[in-house]
Order: sequence, then structure tokens, then C-alpha cells
Amino acid sequence: MLGYISKRLLVAFCVCATVSAISFALMFMSGDPAIAIAGAGGRAQDAEAVRIAYGFDRPIVIQYLDWVGSALTGDLGRSIYFNVPVTEIIGNRVGVTLTLGVLSFLLALVVAVPLGIAAALRPNGWVDRIALILAVTGQAIPSFWLGLMAIVVFGVWYDWLPISGAETWQGYILPVIVLSYYAMPAMMRITRSGMIDVLATDYVRAAKAKGLPMSTVIFRHALRNAVLPLVSLAAVQLGLLLSGSIVIESVFALNGLGRLAWESLLRSDLPVVQAIILILSLLYVLLTTLADILNAILDPRLRGAS
Amino acid sequence: MTHYSPKYFLSSVAALAASLTFAVGTPAMAGKENNTLNVAFAAEPEPLDTYKIAGRQGLILARHIYDGLLYKDLDTGEIVPALAESWEFTSPLTMEFTLRKGVKFHNGADFTANDVVQTLNTVITPEYGTRYSISVDWIESVEKLAEDKVRINMSKPFAGAVEMLADALPIYPHDFFSENGSEGMAAAPIGTGPYKLVSQEAGIRYEMERFEGHYEGSPKSGATIDNIIVRTMPEMNTQYAELMSGDLDWIWRIPPDQAKQLESRVQIISAPIMRIGYVGFAPESMGGDSPIADKRVRQALIHATNRAAITDAFAGGASKMLNTACNPAQFGCEQDVTSYEYDPEKARALLAEAGYEDGFEMEMVFAAMPRPTAEAVAADLANVGVTLILNEQQYSSGIGKWRAKELPAFFSNWGSYGIGDAVFILSNFFGGGADDLVQDPELAEWLNVADTASDRDVRAENYSMAVKKIADEAYWMPMYNFNVNYGLAEDLNFTPHPDEFARWWISSWK
Repeated sequence: MLGYISKRLLVAFCVCATVSAISFALMFMSGDPAIAIAGAGGRAQDAEAVRIAYGFDRPIVIQYLDWVGSALTGDLGRSIYFNVPVTEIIGNRVGVTLTLGVLSFLLALVVAVPLGIAAALRPNGWVDRIALILAVTGQAIPSFWLGLMAIVVFGVWYDWLPISGAETWQGYILPVIVLSYYAMPAMMRITRSGMIDVLATDYVRAAKAKGLPMSTVIFRHALRNAVLPLVSLAAVQLGLLLSGSIVIESVFALNGLGRLAWESLLRSDLPVVQAIILILSLLYVLLTTLADILNAILDPRLRGAS
Repeated sequence: MTHYSPKYFLSSVAALAASLTFAVGTPAMAGKENNTLNVAFAAEPEPLDTYKIAGRQGLILARHIYDGLLYKDLDTGEIVPALAESWEFTSPLTMEFTLRKGVKFHNGADFTANDVVQTLNTVITPEYGTRYSISVDWIESVEKLAEDKVRINMSKPFAGAVEMLADALPIYPHDFFSENGSEGMAAAPIGTGPYKLVSQEAGIRYEMERFEGHYEGSPKSGATIDNIIVRTMPEMNTQYAELMSGDLDWIWRIPPDQAKQLESRVQIISAPIMRIGYVGFAPESMGGDSPIADKRVRQALIHATNRAAITDAFAGGASKMLNTACNPAQFGCEQDVTSYEYDPEKARALLAEAGYEDGFEMEMVFAAMPRPTAEAVAADLANVGVTLILNEQQYSSGIGKWRAKELPAFFSNWGSYGIGDAVFILSNFFGGGADDLVQDPELAEWLNVADTASDRDVRAENYSMAVKKIADEAYWMPMYNFNVNYGLAEDLNFTPHPDEFARWWISSWK
């Protein structure tokens, strides 16, 4: 088990290093950061001054190594746009994204798993049909549209909930529902198909034949096997939700990481972009590694396989 | 997670706006009730040190907090005293200012000559990194002559100097500024302006309160609104919803089609601004070896483009089609120049004369312009056989390619820093610098004279010669001046200005 974990961590480290190098290079390929920082009214000489002030005139490899060196000592640099330490800005924004992401994830999980199980128990029954409709619409409706509609109905027509902002807890209700509705279908479908497969196996039939209560069969015997693919999927979904939804954060004017990343990209705020990418790739790697370990605990067969 | 681009959002707007039309409920009057103006910007304001700000959002906030030595009254076009009581040119390169007495900063400190000297002498150093060098590079040094007298020594003649001193170069309290620098000013802005900042979450939320100690006789005096709360709301549709539900009182930059749909629900006003759209042609690009190097081709392209129709369809409101390479509201922007009417026949004839009777293919990058305008230009040119390969890019990438002389044509816009003088537009594109891909020495010389002369007639005459030649040679295809649509609460009085600086100190409730 220890060897398994250390192997996973090594791969994780390589992934992070690759991601940060590629993203650094892409930032330069997408346009001259000096001109972007100089702004739309900036003349050529303003861009030149920026280039020298921020060291963009140096070879890109040197700039990257410079950044890596600082990042390894915990110094993520200063935001070019906000002129304050990157950690301070990210610290200000991460709370909103964490709250939104975790709540949406939990809501999606709480709805998706029971619904998936119920649907699997009677395939093509009415629960299954309703679940299917929910899944298809959840997957098909663009989240920005659903968000705007939620705003119109609950914010403008009925005035029940705040339209935007995270100043009160009520401000999270609409975005959490909309975001979880987006994350839910995949989790529900994978629970359903996993359960259907497992319920058809011999050992479940044997358990039923033994006369065990249905709840024991489902939760103790079937679910443990059916849940394996869900764990991997859920890790990725949680990663997605935590990396911030640009769409949901924009629609509900929540100032989280997703929007910060997007805005920083547009204004070529390299230190912020690099820091967010680093944090997110670490997060992803951590989550998928945890999912792999969890799966290995749940299913002894996996430990030998890798 | 699918990440949609902001443009993609807009496609939903028609449907949403239509459904909003049927929305019920009456707008609350949160703003008027507690005398608080609720504002939303789509973009995050930059840190509030004016000298480092490029975006209008941050500058608008800064102009409520800080004051300059002078102020431009845009209604009369006159420069009026602000922190300086009076001023004069004592020689072509020196200006002397008598400062107003009894002015207090928000922190209680007295405004003195030391503040002017320390602020300006700091921001002109290259290490300070003032955002736009054009704003301060004409200042050589600033001297204190007495407690209430300062002298500015200019490094070069610059016709825009007085315009720049009019609220674009604010004065900071010298004690605080020398101790805390740009970062400190941005974290705790202290000025003499009509509003003081009481709290900020940088880029997210700002709260300003009317400054009771704002000096007598200020051109920014008379504020009636007690508090101003500014929030960042990236999604315009969310702003519309908040405006309609009464939680916002002021939004801006509403696209024309959406402004029309909102008209029945909120107060919409449209006002022209200094920014103009243009297609720049680059005879110098690609080693001077492109069809665009031929004057007849450039003329043909302008004849072939139905600019009036494009202006009406996509700019709307207060926008007008232009023939001159500057904004008609700017000093020196002569309107009596060669105009190219929409005439595809003539365009075909000119192309044939230049040896392109079968047309040709050419790349045009467009940046910060609505895609439909670029597509309309391409469709018009296709009519006369010219195939435009459209390429939408960020402004920074587009102008980078332009400066690298890789583009025959670039479709974008220029805001002239919101200032009504042709000095802030023409020289950048035709004065011989990096953005000048015409490199016409005669033009550069005229512009140099016009930019530096102190005699307004000399300036006007040289600008006139320059813009006439730009039109004759068809170096530019001027498109239209922009307008801004503001969405306001029904009970708000707000007067827009062409420099795109919202002046909330003259706003009031009906």
C-alpha cells in the first residue's frame, strides 16, 4: 500500500510540473503580456517600459525558472494588476469558491446517489424515468441560462432570494442549486448503471436467496462495489467545482477563483494565473490520488493491479 | 465544466430580455430612500492610484476621491481652477500655479505646495511606473516657490499639458504618499475630492461617502448623494435584473440591442464618447509589398464599405459615421476632408485600375470591436471581390502583430484617454512612432508642429493639413464615434459626459 501511494505521489508531482510549464508557455504564446498590461491606450513605449519593469525581455526559460524558484520557497509573487501579493488576492477569493464548490458537491451527491439507487432497483420504472429526465435536462441546459432563469423567477418576479453577490448566505442558494444541477446527472447515471450491473451478479442473488433484508443487500453488498466508479468520478467533479465555475460566478457576481483566473488571463496577470493553475493542478492531483487510494481500500483487487 | 466566453452569454440575452418584459412587481427604491447610489461595473476597478490605472472604472472612482490642479468644464470647454486658484505660462516651458488655501485632505491634513511638488516629482520618475508615459513625460521637474506657489518646468512643448493637469494628474497628501507609496495610496486612498473612500474589497466592492470638508469653490462641489456603493458584476444580464428590481441605480456600457429592450423598464440614456472605431491600413506592412500599399486599393476598400449602414445597424444611439481620423468633438479635428461615399462600382473600377480586377485576399485582425461590424465590412468587400480573412484577437495580440508589421489592416478603436484634443490620437498613428505604419514624413512634421505649438491657430492649421492628407491618401477608414448607453433608476438624474468619466457628484434624485 505504501509503495502504491508513493508511486501515485510521484506521478502527481510530474503532472503539476508539466501543467505549470505548459501554462507558462501558453501565456506568452497567446499575446505579448507587456502590451496587454500597458492597456488599450498604451503606446509602444509604454509597453516597452512594462516589458523591462516586469522582466518580460528575458528568455522565457529564465523567467519560468525564476518563477519556479520563488514558488518553491512559497513566494508566488505579486499580482501585476492589483499590485499586492498573489496569496492575498487568492486568499480573498478562495472562500467563495470553496463554499460554492463544496455545497454544490454535497447537494449533488445527496440527490444523485439515492436517486441513482432508486432508479437501478426498477429500471424503466417511474423513478427511473423521472431521474432520466432530470439527468438529460441537467446535462443539456447550459448553466448560465439556468442561472439567469433562476434569477428572473426567484430574484425578479418573486423577490424571494438575492439576485447576486455573496454578502449573505441566501446569496448562495441559487448558485449552489444551479451548479449542483450541472454536476448531478453524471453521478446519478454512474450510480444507476453500477447498481444495475452489481444487482445482476451471482453474489447478490445469493445474498437475496439467503433471505437477507433488501436494505442489507443493497447497502452492504451491492453499493460497495457499485460505488467504485462513482468515487473516481466524484473526485473529478469536486475538482471541477472547486476550480471555480466562471459561468456561475459571473452570472451571480460571486468573486471566486474561477472568475479571478479568467480575468487574470485576459489582462495577462501572469503571477496570478500561474498561482491559480498551480493550486488547481495540485488540488486535482490530490483529489484523484485520494480517490485512487479510497478505491484501493474499498477494492483489494486494485492494490495488486498497480 | 464548460466555460462559455462572455460573448456566448450575450446570445441568450434576446430570450432573457423578452421574458423580463413580462416580469411583474414594482422596482423598489432602495437607492433614493437611503440616499445611496448603487453602481455596478462589469470589469474590476484597478487599485486606486490614478497614475497606474488604465481602465475607466478605477479612474471614475479615483476622480471622486482625488482632485487635480485644474478641471475642464466640458459644458463650456473651459479649463477652470481646482486645487490651483490661478495659473500662467511664465515662459513657453514653465507654468506657475497659485494654490488654493484652506483645502483639506480626507485625513485632515492641509493641502500645500509640498503635496504638489512631492506627488508630481514622484510620478514622473521612471521607477514609479506611471501607466501612460504620455501623461507625465512632458514634466521635467516641479519646484516649490512659496507655501502656495509652485512652478512646473516642462521637458518639451506639449499642447496637451493643460488638459492633463485638468483632473488627470491628482495631488496626493505628501506625508502619506512619501511614506506609503503607490501601494499605500491604493490601499487607503486619501484625496481632497468630493467623496472619500470608507471601505474597499479591491476589485469587488467599494463604498464612498460624501466628504463634508470638500473645499469651497471646487468645480466638483454640490454633491447631494450621501453614499455610493460600487460593485463588480461581470454578467450584464445580472446587472439588468438588479437594475429592474431596484437594487442598482446606475449601470453602463449596455449594448445597443439590449438598451432598446430595456427602455420600457428603466431609464436608458445614450451619449457619444471620445472613442472612435477605425480600420487602419498599413502600407508599410509586409515589406511594403501588399495590395494595401496602393492608394487606389485603399480608396476602393473605403468606397466598397457601407459605413453609414454599419454605423446605424451596430453602433446606433448617438453614434455618427466619420470621415476624419479623429473624433469631431476633439480640438483640431477638421471635418472638411475628402469623403468616400458608398459606391461599389467606383470601388471595382479603382481596383481594376490598380490591377486587381479579380480581387485579392487579405487578412484583417479585429480587436475590441463587435464581431458583426467586422463581418459586415468583410461582406461589403466580398461584393467587390476582396476576400477578407477575419481574425478576432485580444487587443494586445492584434496591436502586437500590427507593430510587427504583419498586418495589412487592423480594425479596432481608440479612446484618446477621453480628452477632446487631436493631440491624443493623430500622432500615435501618424507621428512616426511604432504604431505608425504609414511613415509619411510630411504628416509627422505637421503633427509635430501641431502637438507642440502654443498658438491654437497654428495647431488647428497643421492638424487640418494632416487629417486632409490622411483622408486623401486613404490611410485610415474611420468608422464611427462610439456611444455609451447608461441604464439608470427611474428617479435618478445623471448627466453623461463625452470623456466617459461619470460625475456622480452632480447626480441627484428626482
